[in-house]
Amino acid sequence: MNTAVVVDGLLKIYGDVRAVDDISFDVHEGEIFGIVGPNGAGKTTTIECLEGLRKPDAGSMLVLGLDPQRDRRALRGLCGVQLQHSTLPERLKVWEALDLYSSFYEHPANWERLLAHLGLEDRRGAPFAALSGGQRQRLFVALALLPDPRLVFLDELTTGLDPQARRDTWDLIRGVRDEGKTIMLTTHFMEEAERLCDRVAILDRGHLVALDTPEALIASLGRGARVVFAVDGPAPPELRDALERIGQVQIDGDRVSVQGQASDASQLLVDVVSLLARSVVQYRDLRTAQPTLEDVFLKLTGSRSERGDEP
Amino acid sequence: MKSLLKMTWVEAKLFLREPFGAFFTLVFPVGLLFLFGSIYGNEPSELLGGRGTIDISVPAYTAMIIATTSLMGLGITMAAYREQGVLRRLQTTPVSPLAILVAVTAVLFGMTLVGMALLVLAGRLVYQMRFEGQLLSVLAGLMLGSLSMLSLGFMLAGVMRTARSAQIVGMVLLYPMLFLSGAGFPRELLPATIQKVSAFLPLTYVVNLLRGLWVGESWGQHTTNVVVLSVLLVAGLAISALTFRWE
Repeated sequence: MNTAVVVDGLLKIYGDVRAVDDISFDVHEGEIFGIVGPNGAGKTTTIECLEGLRKPDAGSMLVLGLDPQRDRRALRGLCGVQLQHSTLPERLKVWEALDLYSSFYEHPANWERLLAHLGLEDRRGAPFAALSGGQRQRLFVALALLPDPRLVFLDELTTGLDPQARRDTWDLIRGVRDEGKTIMLTTHFMEEAERLCDRVAILDRGHLVALDTPEALIASLGRGARVVFAVDGPAPPELRDALERIGQVQIDGDRVSVQGQASDASQLLVDVVSLLARSVVQYRDLRTAQPTLEDVFLKLTGSRSERGDEP
Repeated sequence: MKSLLKMTWVEAKLFLREPFGAFFTLVFPVGLLFLFGSIYGNEPSELLGGRGTIDISVPAYTAMIIATTSLMGLGITMAAYREQGVLRRLQTTPVSPLAILVAVTAVLFGMTLVGMALLVLAGRLVYQMRFEGQLLSVLAGLMLGSLSMLSLGFMLAGVMRTARSAQIVGMVLLYPMLFLSGAGFPRELLPATIQKVSAFLPLTYVVNLLRGLWVGESWGQHTTNVVVLSVLLVAGLAISALTFRWE
């Protein structure tokens, strides 16, 4: 497997804050590599060092075999970039932005085709200010794809999007990967990292605390699947005793949770339901729950990530 | 080169789509010319050295356009581009970031030329404006005046943190200059004490140079103006280069 990005001992200090503190990782070609972490974890700083926008205080980096500082100019023709805080002039039209930016590259992708591919065709004459959040993000993806890049950096691409627009964006990014491009993205949505990324690096206060596939990270928790249900009134003690023979029981008011050993919930579900059927207890809202990347994140960083659905 | 041309073209379109900037550069000065033309006509006057109101207003209003494009147009555009991350986004592409500076400067200088052409046209067709200078000499003066004021605009964009503060400071600098430098109306009409104040305003030197060249005076008669504007140009560029930030 070829590596697209090599980071070794990256260090970036602002004042007396170690924004990125000695982190090392590789990004494989053709994967979606996600950096997750709470605000201030160092996600954007890391990605901006790789883009050549920030100069690291120590450590070495190779992006597509080039040094982001020394070979900045060459690299800019090979990488697509979407920045977290960046806009276009309000009155610039969609087609003008694409036409202008494609003139910056030697062999640009066909922007007319990108426009159609990203579903922006009917907005081609619209000024930037008139675009919805999702349309703006799609335009930024289009601009990032203009150099026909081998590597695409996406910084908090889906922040501020509604859930539907976010899911559409995931499909879009998967499509880009399936064309053989490497994608490096940051997000603070655990659900997004779990569903979209091939591998995930978890950053916390500048440190790399975990790096693996979402599945492996979840498995590393060593927690089995759970069956969760509610009972009418307080749960009788004999129910607890019976359930404890099946798995680890947690009772919180009228809510009961049974956690099994295996990560697959099927057998646990059969056991719990047949036990409930034999008992006189009235239950409702029964469902299974798998551990998620959110749980991994909680365990590793001790803080809750921001919710996937913003108000 | 291709990207520079394209960028200039796009910036020109953006300029014209911004009603405020286009109005003060292209429409307002001509409107002012018609207003004062209808009041005073263009009869020769003793006070104005034997020239008419229109004859001296066209170079003065040209200086007004120069001040507007520099302090409102350039300063605010560049500060806003920085604040909104437009410059930063450009930094991630292979195009030289200097291209945007060149493009914006070229567009504003071009718009100044168009604004002046409209004034000349209106003055000629409606008021039989007299022109005793040499075209090339006037254009050279226009270029010196425009570039030195634009460097002031760049300085403003560099020193001010936000587009909003650049706008406020730009206005505070612009309005006294328009009234006291002789750009808005002839300095001859101002009391002597206020004329002394105008010596501190850079635009005064632009007005003096343009009015002088307009009536055929030589560059040799304007050494003070040329020196002041050249110093402003060099100092403005140096300070801009030192204070300029992409983000």
